[in-house]
Amino acid sequence: MSSENKPVKKESLFSKKNRKLLKDPLGDSNPITIQVLGICSALAITVQLQQAVIMSLSVLFVMIGGNLIVSLLRNLIPDRIRIIVQLVVIASLVIIVDEVLKAYQPDVSEKLSVFVGLIITNCIIMGRLEAFALANKPGPSVLDAIGNAMGYAWILLAVSVVREVFGSGAISLPGMGQVKFLPSEWFIASSGFYENNNLMILPPMALVVVGIIIWIQRSRNEALIED
Amino acid sequence: MEYLSIFVKGIFVENMIFAYFLGMCSYLAVSKTVKTANGLGLAVIFVLGITVPINYLLENYVLKEGALVWLSPEYATVDLSFLSFIMFIAVIASMVQLVEMIVEKFAPALYGALGIFLPLIAVNCSILGGALFMQERQYPSIGEATVFGLGSGVGWWLAIVAIAAIREKIRYSHVPPALRGLGITYIITGLMGIAFMSFMGIEI
Repeated sequence: MSSENKPVKKESLFSKKNRKLLKDPLGDSNPITIQVLGICSALAITVQLQQAVIMSLSVLFVMIGGNLIVSLLRNLIPDRIRIIVQLVVIASLVIIVDEVLKAYQPDVSEKLSVFVGLIITNCIIMGRLEAFALANKPGPSVLDAIGNAMGYAWILLAVSVVREVFGSGAISLPGMGQVKFLPSEWFIASSGFYENNNLMILPPMALVVVGIIIWIQRSRNEALIED
Repeated sequence: MEYLSIFVKGIFVENMIFAYFLGMCSYLAVSKTVKTANGLGLAVIFVLGITVPINYLLENYVLKEGALVWLSPEYATVDLSFLSFIMFIAVIASMVQLVEMIVEKFAPALYGALGIFLPLIAVNCSILGGALFMQERQYPSIGEATVFGLGSGVGWWLAIVAIAAIREKIRYSHVPPALRGLGITYIITGLMGIAFMSFMGIEI
């Protein structure tokens, strides 16, 4: 932070370049809405906020670990087998995540089913390894991983909040269970006027919600509009 | 009859894209024209049809609890299933490489059509997803697992060709500028997903 008083070559942690690495993926180069990476798992597990939080944390862990390891190994990996090496690194990290989830969050692990395993082929991780970690030092690679995982996370959280609020009329906060915020006598079931939109729980609505997020984002920043 | 049911279910009811969002990345990236979409779709059918049965054998003769009994009865309690992710992805990556070499040698015409897509497929979620669903659903025999693989592949092919055809036509429509490209593709896929949900609950 205060690197100006000593003439070191080392870049300070919050230099402009590093801040850019962290900030860009949150907005103008968001992995989901702009780079089109990591969509597969992003959509399937956004029915409830809690699942989305756990998925985001898992991806954050795997991305930091993967980017760090591949970036440390980048001069040792032969170019021709790099995909397999990357897959092995990612798969080992995902196995750790899976075992930890099974041990401490068995019901969430049950609900996420195959999607924990599918973090391996989540293109966001491969994509950032190929595009960034293979060509950069460990420090910036970790920052890139954090930035991209956060960019992934906020979309996931936004979509899951929308889907859960409209689909179940509740929000499941981690550690608090499902919090209902509408009084139960408002619901049609107890002769009220409100009914949950069950369509929101079904898979296709995740796509529509992400489509709307993209719409908002691109209307605000016209430079992102495709021809 | 059992085979037909698994096949049809894989295509329509449990469509890889519309019900599980598997392989969305390449689905969105390679669906600009029908020709390339068709090529990638065929490659996915091909690779799913090969890797699902191989992973089935691996699961049932190596990884599952008690699967190693054929080696010696002492291994009845060995459970290697925590290794399944790494084994499946290794099988997929190496099979894709192998298939690419074989196709290049013996069927140059097919290689010309599929060649560039094969490397992409190693990291297509639908391939690993197929293997993981096969593991989760415990198909009773290798025949059923193969049919499941082919069925999901055909479902994926159908989805990507359909969206590519729609995207080719939508170029001539007035889409709001901010939605052009990615945004409208998401929303159309969502609408197609809703249409496909009408297949839900059909028992064959």
